Amino acid sequence: MPNLMIDSIGPGVTVQDLGRPGWTAQGLSTGGAADRLALLEAAAILGAPLHAGLEMMGFGGVFRTDADTRIALTGAQMQADIDGVPIAPNTSAFLRAGQKLTIGGAKRGVYGYLCFAGGVTTPQIMQSRATHLTAAIGGLLQAGQTLPIGKDPDPSAPALRLTNTDRCAGGVVRVMPGPQTGFFDAKTRARFAQTTFTRSPRGNRQGVRLDHDGEGFTLAGGLNITSDLIVAGDIQMTGDGVPYVLLAECQTIGGYPRIGSILPADIPIIAQAAPGARLQCRFVTLAEADATAISDAQTLKSLRSRCAPIIRDPHDIADLLGYQLISGVTAGDDM
Amino acid sequence: MGQTKRAGCAVQLAAPEICPLGIDGVLVRFARILSEEANTRAIGFAAQVKAAGLHGVQEVASSLTSVRVAFNPTLTNRADITAQLAEILTQPAHATATPRRAWRIPVAFGPEHAPQLAEAAALAGVTQDQAVKQITSQTLRVIALGFAPGQPYLGMLPPHWDIARQSELTPKMPNGALVAAVRQLIIFAADAPTGWRHIGQTAFRVYQPDAPEPFAFQPGDSVQFCAVGDSELDALRNRGDTNGGAQMSVVT
Repeated sequence: MPNLMIDSIGPGVTVQDLGRPGWTAQGLSTGGAADRLALLEAAAILGAPLHAGLEMMGFGGVFRTDADTRIALTGAQMQADIDGVPIAPNTSAFLRAGQKLTIGGAKRGVYGYLCFAGGVTTPQIMQSRATHLTAAIGGLLQAGQTLPIGKDPDPSAPALRLTNTDRCAGGVVRVMPGPQTGFFDAKTRARFAQTTFTRSPRGNRQGVRLDHDGEGFTLAGGLNITSDLIVAGDIQMTGDGVPYVLLAECQTIGGYPRIGSILPADIPIIAQAAPGARLQCRFVTLAEADATAISDAQTLKSLRSRCAPIIRDPHDIADLLGYQLISGVTAGDDM
Repeated sequence: MGQTKRAGCAVQLAAPEICPLGIDGVLVRFARILSEEANTRAIGFAAQVKAAGLHGVQEVASSLTSVRVAFNPTLTNRADITAQLAEILTQPAHATATPRRAWRIPVAFGPEHAPQLAEAAALAGVTQDQAVKQITSQTLRVIALGFAPGQPYLGMLPPHWDIARQSELTPKMPNGALVAAVRQLIIFAADAPTGWRHIGQTAFRVYQPDAPEPFAFQPGDSVQFCAVGDSELDALRNRGDTNGGAQMSVVT
């Protein structure tokens, strides 16, 4: 089986797939990619099933493989090159055995994804390869580690590009009502919806804090509510009324009141909002929220239909002079 | 939903609330404040919903006073699931509330393993011996699993055990620690900080991610603690063939 060698690596790189649903009652949250859409995008670009890939928080690393494989970089835009030749995001690229893939810092967004046509094939734990740091499943990847990857089933497949919608600049996210929305009075909810938030530097795979000017969003009755079930996307208010949006690796039960849940379709906007990005929350009705439900299979199908073959820009071809581009052309006077 | 309100419950629960929780979930909340009755009702209802095998239901999870039913929106929808859950709520909450798995777990209460037993006993207004007796003579129930994976909230102890969490956090509670607060006990799942008081030590691991059965407990399991000496606990810790000397029996 081919291997991925990690020569150097950033501090927040983990193996992620779509997580392990089904253990809420046992206290284990689903986990999986902070930006699930990015893994689906990679699967579409690589014409592959959904595989586990590397989630790189803020910074990538230097990688090699011992077999040729197509790769794709999705999610946050990160500076990346293969042996010094830049590669574009959301585009399949060919990595030859032994070539050096260098992925730098995120230029836009937070979580970049490095995916391989055959996937990362580390052992499954509870039917998933996703690292869940707070549940001690897997861990942060380290320099010197080698990970198994699957063989690229079709290395010569034409390169594809996905023109994706930018979700790395913050913006408006839709919020649906939840079991505790009514615990907040109408005035507080209205003020919440009118507030422009800034993504705080405090954030990780469990959740991100939203900063704002002005007073917090507290309950009239204080904090004495019974702990209840949480879903990713929930916006909980800490004791000071500071909102935290809960992400893939959140706890399953929490005692802080929650004003609503960000729709799954908009969670990638929160996950990819870099510190300082501006965010606004817009309440939608339950019917509007439910109308956004779409299965991963449907999303993948739609992404596949949006992938287009690459027309390579000569500027991107480093060894342009090595190509036999002018075969058969003559000066015209030798006939 | 009349059935839930009548019948001979000591404490009558108000009609359950049915709320959305995510675009693929419905939350049925039996009470806004934790009580033994609400928790029993939630665990029993979760079992009823699972047994009903509703089309499109992906997960049924109970917590302290509520149950979340997750559905696949491509197979069913909120209206249908809500109607089906409302129908189940009208059915009598039968014997599903009775624990089906009973645990017996050794605990050491010696000073080395129970650094805050004296303090907790004093707050509960009992001697240390009485505290140990009360904790080991009562059959507790797994109210919910959470905070850390597999970590059980066990209750409810008698009202005089309604002791507050300490304001200073203990920086690192060891795995397997038995801790107490607010009429509940927790067997700690990981080395983590907490405001609960360390009143005993088990060699029991509630969560083993690499094991075929990663989680020891299910909500509703019953738990009986038995006191062992410090040296016996150390011996149990060193044995690989048993999970801290715990025994589990299935109640039929």
